[in-house]
Amino acid sequence: MTAGLKVIHPGLQTTVQDLGRMGGQRFGIPVSGAIDHEGLRAANIVAGNPHGTAGLEIALIGPTVEVTATSARFAVAGGTTEIEVTRLDGTLRRISALESVRLLRGERLRIGSVHGSPVAYLAVAGGFDLQTFMGSLSTYTRGTFGGFEGRALRAGDALPLCFCAAEERAEVRLPGLNLLPRSRIRIVLGPQDDYFTAEAIQTFLSATYTVSREADRMGLRLDGPALTHAKGYDIVSDGIAPGAIQVPGNGLPIILLADRQSTGGYPKIATVASVDLAALGRVAPGVQITFEAVTVEGAQQLRRDQGQLFSALASQLLPVPPDGFDLARLFSENLVSGVIDGLT
Amino acid sequence: MVRLLASGDTALVVEFGDVIDPVINARVQELASRIDAAAIPGVVELVPTFRSLMIHYDPEILLFGQLSAAVEALLPGLTATLGPKRQWQLPVCYGGDLGPDLKAVGEATGVGSEAVIRLHTGAAYQVYMIGFLPGYGYMGDLDEKLALPRRESPRTKVPMGSVCIAQRMTGIYPLDSPGGWHLLGRTPVRMFDTRRPAPVLLAPGDAVRFVAIDQSEFDRLETLAERGELKLRPEPMP
Repeated sequence: MTAGLKVIHPGLQTTVQDLGRMGGQRFGIPVSGAIDHEGLRAANIVAGNPHGTAGLEIALIGPTVEVTATSARFAVAGGTTEIEVTRLDGTLRRISALESVRLLRGERLRIGSVHGSPVAYLAVAGGFDLQTFMGSLSTYTRGTFGGFEGRALRAGDALPLCFCAAEERAEVRLPGLNLLPRSRIRIVLGPQDDYFTAEAIQTFLSATYTVSREADRMGLRLDGPALTHAKGYDIVSDGIAPGAIQVPGNGLPIILLADRQSTGGYPKIATVASVDLAALGRVAPGVQITFEAVTVEGAQQLRRDQGQLFSALASQLLPVPPDGFDLARLFSENLVSGVIDGLT
Repeated sequence: MVRLLASGDTALVVEFGDVIDPVINARVQELASRIDAAAIPGVVELVPTFRSLMIHYDPEILLFGQLSAAVEALLPGLTATLGPKRQWQLPVCYGGDLGPDLKAVGEATGVGSEAVIRLHTGAAYQVYMIGFLPGYGYMGDLDEKLALPRRESPRTKVPMGSVCIAQRMTGIYPLDSPGGWHLLGRTPVRMFDTRRPAPVLLAPGDAVRFVAIDQSEFDRLETLAERGELKLRPEPMP
């Protein structure tokens, strides 16, 4: 067995995900991939990986892993995440999200509960040495394929890594990246907005919807005012875009996310602008959301701006001093104002 | 009348109609071939469906207006004469435990079980699209004498390989799945098998014929399929 990571505690639902499996939708194979792709990309940037490297997607409660390789470097991205390293000498150290950390063989990384967003990502430098399926490592648990044996991790799993050791270098951190959920979601109306009454469109754009408990990687069911169909709720099946908002017979919208089916037969009143998809992946049941219409051209400009912002992130990494005492951060967070004078 | 519709900022729908029709579907397939051949930078993947083509694209490379113009340029002269490029012969064991609805379908349609098998094996079906599950092909058109609405109450678990019908369509369940279509029989051929280099057997635009086999032949082929040793090759169309 190739050395890598041993799963001590699997967490609630931890799966291997990358940016998705492209090219299979015409064969009925869902794209899958990170439900918050910005979180995965940020974790990869801090770990020193290309942004599409597969990492672990963590739902609500994270895993505990032990390094069985010579060493490995990690980075976590997500809401307020509790991350703890157990060193070989038994000492515990808390680290922050978006901060890289190197562990030696036998050391453990524990990710506790995730707050503010239901998902977080663990990236490991070099990525996992797993077999891709149709060009991707994303796990699709309903089809039991992709990732690690097509399923969520279990205690005792051994995940092989591409690197048997992590290079010795200064650790880095990424300041100031907003990975919070959004409550105002921008959408482009259509492609089947003509299946709804004018009043239904008006309601959709002005009402507040609550994310129901039926929220998973496939989609979010919303509670709120029902929308009235003008031409029935059955269409001849056609393609489903990421973020498509379909409205079945009961009039309550369903937003389709990473594990969505490739085709479907309900009319789609609108589609979420791609710039807001990652933030929607960070929305938990009970959260209230509203919709704001933008044009397709407007949505594409927003997406391009966001793309530039993410391309620039790698140049914004800051070093973390070896002892973990980061003066620049303490100053910026203004936690030690009384100490500054003494140091200068 | 062809309509170009935005589905958000990462997908464009080219809609040829809103009904199930072999000519409309052939035009969808033909446009998909043309766009594949044109290799437009920024086009990520194509999903041909019954009556429309969804083009997934990267808006950081290609804008809606640019893609629309490229598609408009490829629309003229679609002949809809694109026939299937390949045909599959799929063995099916009809009735009994493997096809629990055969008798009921024979009664509900008034033609009897024998005629259901004769009619179902008597036609070549067009794969209109793949959707619902990995490798689930929507095939038609079924003889109108066999057209029935979906079951009133869907089954919670339909076994993999079940060959089914509803309205003017026929299909094969690629995985164990809930389902509301009527089950006529079962094929040992895997529609979706992650052990194969091409995991999904059927492609939109293929032709499919069903051939009746008996239980002992089914058992023999099923054993091969379980081991991943059942090799099936499509016949090229003349």
